[in-house]
Amino acid sequence: MGHEMSETLTQDALPASSLSPLAHRRIPRWAPAGIAVAAIALGCGVGAAAGLASHLQWGLISLLLFVGLTYGITAGVEGRRQARDRVATSLVWACFVVAVVPLYSLLQTTISKGVKVLDGNFLTHSMGGVITTQPGGGVYHAVIGTLEQVGLASLIAVPVGLLTAIYLVEYGRGKLAKVVTFFVDVMTGVPSIVAGLFILAFWIIILGFGYSGFAGALALAILMMPVVVRSTEEMLKLVPNELREASLALGVPKWRTILKVVLPTSIGGILTGVMLAVARIAGETAPVLLLVFGNQLINNNPFSGAQSSLPYYVYEQYTNGNDASFDRAWAAALVLIAFVMILNLVARGIARWKAPKTGR
Amino acid sequence: MAKRIDVSGLSAYYGNHRAIEDISMTVEPRSVTAFIGPSGCGKSTFLRTLNRMHEVTPGGRVEGKVMLDDENLYGPGVDPVAVRRTVGMVFQRPNPFPTMSIYDNVAAGLRLNGTARRKSELDGIVEKSLKGANLWNEVKDRLNKPGAGLSGGQQQRLCIARAIAVEPQVLLMDEPCSALDPISTLAIEDLIGQLKERFTIVIVTHNMQQAARVSDRTAFFNLAGVGQPGRLIEIDETQRIFSNPSVQATEDYISGRFG
Amino acid sequence: MDIVSTSGEHPPPSRQPAATRLGDRVFLGLSRGSGILLLVIMAAIAVFLTVRAIHAISLDHSNFFTTYEWNASLNPPSFGIAVLAYGTLVSSLIAMLIAVPISVGIALFITHYAPRRLASPLAYLVDLLAAVPSIVYGLWGGLYLVPHLQGLNLWLNDYLSWTGVFHKSDPNSAARSLFTVGILLAIMIVPIITNVTREVFRQVPKAHEEAALALGATRWEVVRMSVLPFARSGIISASMLGLGRALGETMAVATVLSASPVLTQRLLDPVGGTFAQNIAAKFAEADNFGRDALIASGLVLFVITLLVNGAARLIIARRREYSGAAL
Repeated sequence: MGHEMSETLTQDALPASSLSPLAHRRIPRWAPAGIAVAAIALGCGVGAAAGLASHLQWGLISLLLFVGLTYGITAGVEGRRQARDRVATSLVWACFVVAVVPLYSLLQTTISKGVKVLDGNFLTHSMGGVITTQPGGGVYHAVIGTLEQVGLASLIAVPVGLLTAIYLVEYGRGKLAKVVTFFVDVMTGVPSIVAGLFILAFWIIILGFGYSGFAGALALAILMMPVVVRSTEEMLKLVPNELREASLALGVPKWRTILKVVLPTSIGGILTGVMLAVARIAGETAPVLLLVFGNQLINNNPFSGAQSSLPYYVYEQYTNGNDASFDRAWAAALVLIAFVMILNLVARGIARWKAPKTGR
Repeated sequence: MAKRIDVSGLSAYYGNHRAIEDISMTVEPRSVTAFIGPSGCGKSTFLRTLNRMHEVTPGGRVEGKVMLDDENLYGPGVDPVAVRRTVGMVFQRPNPFPTMSIYDNVAAGLRLNGTARRKSELDGIVEKSLKGANLWNEVKDRLNKPGAGLSGGQQQRLCIARAIAVEPQVLLMDEPCSALDPISTLAIEDLIGQLKERFTIVIVTHNMQQAARVSDRTAFFNLAGVGQPGRLIEIDETQRIFSNPSVQATEDYISGRFG
Repeated sequence: MDIVSTSGEHPPPSRQPAATRLGDRVFLGLSRGSGILLLVIMAAIAVFLTVRAIHAISLDHSNFFTTYEWNASLNPPSFGIAVLAYGTLVSSLIAMLIAVPISVGIALFITHYAPRRLASPLAYLVDLLAAVPSIVYGLWGGLYLVPHLQGLNLWLNDYLSWTGVFHKSDPNSAARSLFTVGILLAIMIVPIITNVTREVFRQVPKAHEEAALALGATRWEVVRMSVLPFARSGIISASMLGLGRALGETMAVATVLSASPVLTQRLLDPVGGTFAQNIAAKFAEADNFGRDALIASGLVLFVITLLVNGAARLIIARRREYSGAAL
């Protein structure tokens, strides 16, 4: 770092800085915005004149112009150090814009295309008897599937995750705790399709069970466990030790201390973590593809026979490859996003409502 | 080299909270001026307004005038970056750059400002600054080792070397010894005595003996009450402040009746 | 957590009743058992995948690692992962090249540049972006991004085809290429990398930034002198977490890529494949043996992501020790 700097920074010395007055010539405050407008106008102009089809290119040209103009103008007026600072500032702002553009496009496209066929009928009907190239049909069976699979996965993963986190925070000191911590981290990175393949090998190929919502739930549970462990661990660590000691000092056994003092204190944060974990697995497609197999019809029994799920439904409609199916895919994607976002918002609401008083 | 500071009618705010109010004083060049007063009286805040570091804090803003000889630090068009180059600062906790060597720490400011172009020139300034900070003999054999490996007192002197390497007009010290042991504290106090030959020095301290030992003039700050902004009570020759202050509150504070 | 702290002055008059000790033992057993269960699951994933994979590879008539085609249903079966490994690595690499600088930029924006009122809503926005299911990215990628990247593809082909990398064999073919996949993956992992990097930037001690400021550093120089050196290892591990996600992504690749067993350096050509995409695409038509063959490719993916994530975690752990010692 230091040596790099000696090469780059010593070259553009300001002449006799210790003698120069404190006030430099500075470009006016509106200048960055002005340069931005000029660059965008020029970029669009060049793009249109050269007949470039993609608006992405217009944007790129504008960005390059903006950075170049900023550097040139500031270097002339304020000196090269200031110019570099301004370019860095504008690049950081550009990163922000670049991040917002796809999000905006994604949400805008999904909402505008999704509302086309999204209505009460869509939410209450399955694809039974619908020809895929024709409009009609709905996501009812997929919603049922998602709710059941995610529910079952949570029933498995939440207790295991909670208990593991309790073990790590309240009991864990030795080598086992370290190993568990490490593998929880590693497990967070297991790709969903690998979790699906594992259940496929174990549950379906070796144990010989058939495709079912439950098989999918098993894979989702594997994906959910480390997320629950992580967030619960963080929350339990926030519980002040004084609380535990106060309870233990009263002669309350440790397990009752955990159940009656530690968990109730951190329940808000734990719930938040669980909701976020649910939101994460609700959008998983790959395990469902491998283990639940997909279904056009309503199957209320998650323990036997193929089911559908919302993300799977989106994929299935996408692969059908016709306009009516695309419309259904967008509408289902909108339902899915809404579901996930509501879970997120509720989770954050709980977090704010139940925030520990010591937090801030 | 050293310049006079003239402050008039200065107030500093955190958001809507006024931390210090209507301070006017003169800091003489080539002397040590100490700021004393109870905690929270705004002496550190005031110090940070003297090199425009106060406005780095979110919501921080300043009203009033700070003249460095005949230039207003808060005048229109003044670049805070240039101000901080002219008015150096040493902090309460030693804060050498952890990823840089001792050499690079001292050279950091020079490289930013580009005042030393050649390696030999840079070497010379680094050596001079480390000698000026009474650190050269202790580190000359390990200039390429990380600065974080030094003791607390050495780190603080390294920070002083880093600050004086860019030849500032003024050196601000914000309780530079409060994190150090007595021996390191003495070393820094000796150093301050030497540095005032070349720089205008302003030091905030909690330790009244220290103020009495190192400073030529002393300013006493106090709060009008809880939640009230801090004010300058009086500034005078250090000897007078500690023997015969003109304000009762100063005497009460000096004699340990509060604070 | 310390149980003993109170017992010094007032020793308990009697030993605890057996029932509560039993309760403690049961509870400890349950929670430790859960931890062990997680380890067992991880081990089971490795074991079961390996067992099926060995079965499949032993019957593979061509070299599993160098063969391009995936014909598990042939007699004798012939399949290999060369194209899949290449596609997985290349698309993830493209994603990293795009996503890492942008993520660092966004994280810097949130922590050091944005007006304070904008910073926390923006952080929230990034969180939401991370919560969007990958199939939605896939749908958007397949139906919106692919046609909208056509212009960029043509432009790259026109001006940069001399690089070879951006030469497009058939300029009019759809942009269902590894390049497009890389862009889509980049959009997906930006929130992940940003979130971790942001936390690291937040932890940079104020003292280090003020040290640079007091020397007369501009904002960018503060970032270069204090923030980036402190955060370097954090950025690396954040990037590797993002990489792990990109390597294993299934749906976003399956919806965008037009897969075929061709291995080429021409990134704009609509060919190639990735591990996860191949599994999703071939699964429906796979017989019993075909499923084992796919499991074998899944095992390779598992090992790769394991290595990447493990490395990221080790870097984070090392950093924690380092920063703990420094403070």
